[in-house]
Amino acid sequence: MYAQMIKTASAGVKSREEMTDQEREFQDKIDNDIKIEPRDWMPDDYRRTLIRQIGQHAHSEVVGQLPEGNWITRAPTLERKAILLAKVQDEAGHGLYLYSAAETLGESRDELVKLLHEGRMKYSSIFNYPTLNWADIGAVGWLVDGAAIVNQVALQRTSYGPYSRAMIRICKEESFHARQGYHAIMKMAFGTPEQKRQAQSAVDRLWFPAIMMFGPTDADSTNSDQSMAWKIKVKSNDELRQQFVDQTVPQIEYLGLDLPDPNIKWNEERGHYDFSDPDWSEFFNVIKGNGPCNVDRMKDRVAAWDDGQWVRDGLLAHAQKKAAAKVAAE
Amino acid sequence: MSVDKQQLLQFLLRQGDNTLVLGHRVSEWCGHSPILEEDIALANTALDLIGQTQMWLGYAAEVQGEGKSADDLAFLRDAWDFRNVLLVEMPNGDFGQTLLRQFLFDAFQSVLMGRLMKSSDEQVAAIAAKASKEITYHVERSADTVVGLGDGTEESHNRMQAALEYLWPYVGEMFESDETDAAMAAAGIAPDPASLREEYEALIGKVFAEATLSVPESRYNHKGGRTGYMHTEHLGHLLTSMQWLQRAYPGCEW
Ligand SMILES: [Fe+2]
Ligand SMILES: [Fe+2]
Ligand SMILES: [Fe+2]
Repeated sequence: MYAQMIKTASAGVKSREEMTDQEREFQDKIDNDIKIEPRDWMPDDYRRTLIRQIGQHAHSEVVGQLPEGNWITRAPTLERKAILLAKVQDEAGHGLYLYSAAETLGESRDELVKLLHEGRMKYSSIFNYPTLNWADIGAVGWLVDGAAIVNQVALQRTSYGPYSRAMIRICKEESFHARQGYHAIMKMAFGTPEQKRQAQSAVDRLWFPAIMMFGPTDADSTNSDQSMAWKIKVKSNDELRQQFVDQTVPQIEYLGLDLPDPNIKWNEERGHYDFSDPDWSEFFNVIKGNGPCNVDRMKDRVAAWDDGQWVRDGLLAHAQKKAAAKVAAE
Repeated sequence: MSVDKQQLLQFLLRQGDNTLVLGHRVSEWCGHSPILEEDIALANTALDLIGQTQMWLGYAAEVQGEGKSADDLAFLRDAWDFRNVLLVEMPNGDFGQTLLRQFLFDAFQSVLMGRLMKSSDEQVAAIAAKASKEITYHVERSADTVVGLGDGTEESHNRMQAALEYLWPYVGEMFESDETDAAMAAAGIAPDPASLREEYEALIGKVFAEATLSVPESRYNHKGGRTGYMHTEHLGHLLTSMQWLQRAYPGCEW
């Protein structure tokens, strides 16, 4: 999702007999849905895995500003521009909030950002796809935030207190984004033939990248047993993907657009929609850095950071001068 | 006292175009600022400015009485019909230049809005009252940043001083007066901008002193934005991206 393919730091799920007393007590809390708080004891692997997952989620919020920012200066009306600005502002706020959650685990924001810029941490694969027409902005809100919500609603029940609370707060805003996105693409789908063409193009291009957001199929998803046992992960990738497909297909139909996958069909027996697997080789390529925008996204973020060094240094120097003057005056 | 509609329209366009063009400029930063908190703050500033634009241009369209909307005014006029001061269309430059431009404008707005809240025109007064809450916050923030960077490191100081020298010749235009301003003043709708300069100079003087920046002595100023007579080359490029969708797909609902 916003956190995909998180490697669980673990040598495998331990049985109760293999656990130490501390580990057993910890696992009992989780099994009884008692939240783990920053001051509580936790296994190192639990801490490490969470830092990776929350950090990747935070990076996704931040990098996610770029594909949407790509259209802020071209938004077609004042209202659309205001809505998009407010959304991007929210996403940056989510980033901030999640970095703070990671900090409660002892990892600073600066350190996480450094790891991202060195290519040692990732962000969601979805933000390595371009936004090419105005309908893409609607589609991003509707499909991307929509997929994020499916995952994050599940994560509201995650075992780590600060992360769970972050998800509860963030989900409210994400739902708002998804609704606004759907409204924007609705205008396009119900508009002139040229607008409808943009809407169709957006759905065709973004459908598979959106369903890839949930990560590889369960069969290929490594180490998720431990994450499930720790309730860092609450539902499997395939479960979440199915839920997203089921809620989204009728929405595409309502828009009067062609389905982006000829194999989407209601399966009476399963009570779910069938659909094609995305091209997983494309997914793994994007994860490896070969998506259409990986290089430019990182170039933008690193440049923003490097170009801003003098600003951060300047403000810090000023704050130190003021603090020193205050001490001298006392 | 009744006022000439064309003059009132010009006045409203000046307000709305200032906030529209500056809001657009600030929004260009999205996702590229020096620190996450600034991404949030810049998006928020741009959002406030676009909100103010909706009010000013909405009222302008109403006064114009041709059945147009604020969007029509924003997206379907060419550069020569824009009435913003040149300052707000100047390029972002580095973060320091952007914040300095913001401060120079915020300081002006904070002085102006105080007066417009007492406007004889109820709608103008209402818009000013709403905007002034935002502007009070904007000017505090941009002033703090100017002080922090001006009185920061040697590099940040030098960059801020360079930005001030670059932008200073665009400050004076905000205080130009013409027959539109005279008509507004006569009708009690808005003050003569020239009358705001003393208060403005006091405000920015205090901040620049704290920022250890020296205000250039030259009083020469560029002008031509608020009359539309001669904008900079920058405005056309800004409008090219801002208006593109509306121009390429006319008459659509978005
Ligand atoms: Fe978000
Ligand atoms: Fe998001
Ligand atoms: Fe969102």
